Amino acid sequence: MTVMAADPILARRAEIQQIAQDTARRRQLFSRFGMLVCRACLVIALIPLVALLVYVVIRGASAWNWAFFSHLPTPAGIPGGGISNAIVGSVVIDVIAAAAAIPFGIGAGLFLSHSDGRIASVLRLSADVLSGVPSIVVAIFAYIVLVSRHPGSLGHFSGVAASFAIGIIMLPIIIRASETAIRGVPQVLSEAALALGARRATVARKVVLPTALPGLITAVLLAVARGAGETAPLLFTAIGSQFMAWSPLKPMNAIPLVIYQNGIQAYPDLVKIAWGSALFLVVAVLILSVGSRMVATRLRRVRRD
Amino acid sequence: MTDPTTVPPVPMAETTATVGGEMSTKDLAMTLRDVSVAFSGKAAVRDVSFDVPMNQVTAMIGPSGSGKTTLLRALNRMHDLTRGAVVSGEIKLGSLDIYGPTMRPMLLRSRVGMVFQRPNPFPAMSIYDNAVSGLRFNGIRRKSLLDEAAESALIAAALWDSVRGRLRAHASTLSGGEQQRLCIARALAVEPEVLLMDEPTSSLDPSATKRIEELIGELKDRVTIVIVTHNMQQATRVSDQCAFLLMGEDKAGELIEVGPTAKLFSAPSDARTDDYVNGRFG
Repeated sequence: MTVMAADPILARRAEIQQIAQDTARRRQLFSRFGMLVCRACLVIALIPLVALLVYVVIRGASAWNWAFFSHLPTPAGIPGGGISNAIVGSVVIDVIAAAAAIPFGIGAGLFLSHSDGRIASVLRLSADVLSGVPSIVVAIFAYIVLVSRHPGSLGHFSGVAASFAIGIIMLPIIIRASETAIRGVPQVLSEAALALGARRATVARKVVLPTALPGLITAVLLAVARGAGETAPLLFTAIGSQFMAWSPLKPMNAIPLVIYQNGIQAYPDLVKIAWGSALFLVVAVLILSVGSRMVATRLRRVRRD
Repeated sequence: MTDPTTVPPVPMAETTATVGGEMSTKDLAMTLRDVSVAFSGKAAVRDVSFDVPMNQVTAMIGPSGSGKTTLLRALNRMHDLTRGAVVSGEIKLGSLDIYGPTMRPMLLRSRVGMVFQRPNPFPAMSIYDNAVSGLRFNGIRRKSLLDEAAESALIAAALWDSVRGRLRAHASTLSGGEQQRLCIARALAVEPEVLLMDEPTSSLDPSATKRIEELIGELKDRVTIVIVTHNMQQATRVSDQCAFLLMGEDKAGELIEVGPTAKLFSAPSDARTDDYVNGRFG
């Protein structure tokens, strides 16, 4: 080591360390301040969310009792009304919608994740546009296709018409989320399967989709949670009902409809039913989101161990 | 920087390797005494003690899971950022206890730099901005000092000639080997006393690896280097001293042997070292 060469470096080291030390306190304060600002932003962003949840819980919980879940709606002024037909309606409508949207959505996601051609980019753009289309537009479309009178249409309000509309809303969510989940599967796994002589379809079925399963479950449940809360499509299709309807070919009641129709009434009993239904919807969406996350992490953990 | 805590004389226990015969603490860049690292109560490295001589290259070798990288990251308190990680024992930079109560981790890290396995230049910054990023993080604003440090570091990293005309270009325009040399320059620009290198060539091709290895030899005058490597040939090529770690029975890494590289590879005192350096396992 020559002293000549080392000197400027040692001098610079001393200067840098001096400045670093002199500014350390200021930088640390600034850093703490920055963290504080971020934390404050988080709190502010959470306020409306938490306030809404707390309010729904407080107002909704008092509506919950056995009759609320098991009884049919009653006219204003008659106590003991429930939302049993709305729960049945929502479950039937959303299950049919999901059952229809899942295969198409995951299939399209699989296609998109494996191709970057022109068709793929058109499809991807359509999915993005579709997910941005206001649900009222989807609703009027479903109304025209399945409710209004013309050949090929049912010609009346029905649960399937609602499933059709909600399936359309779920579709782009499932497509894009499953594309992302499938893209997350390492290329080397597909290559390993191909190198063993597997066909592309086999690779997708035996390797890619099972590996992407946690992500796919999340994709589907998020789409269901989103679809379950949609109201506009139901107004144009399921329309609502005072009676218990198990057949999706008939008009059906649904949770969002109960909230909409009862929430704006002048009778406290009915408004209470609306709050109870709102809480029911929030809890259902919470269970779907938390459940999907739990299933996904459990699957991932099982595979890691 | 002065250390207010009084420093007890370091006991030269039998676990401590003496390097190159007589050596006073003044010539030691870092000293490790009974260093253990645990993650959420599970030991990853246990009771490691050795000295890092100044202006030399110390290599840490050993098979996967032997705790080399974990130990390396304890040397500039990178484990502070990991929840549940606990470093015990004593690590000193010169006479300064780096886990002492008055130590600011950010100041420590400006004195003990780090180069990672994969080149990680900041993608949103130009070559120049990458090179001076550490200085700016440390509050240095003076243009002449930034320029001078950047040029010196880029020269030292053997990158100056190829980038001097395009300092404003994005770092991503460089090849993988150049990017890693930029990362070395970035670490050097802060003029650290010690440079930690975590398998710095593991993602590079042989010719880029050769450049980095040559560089390591040239940088010795400027900075003390501690390098983790999987590659034993690399350890023999670049290091003066070698520490051999092995995973113990409870999966915690332990130090088997430390000594001059030539001795460790030709006449190791532990049979396990002999087996490892001669390729009988690992």
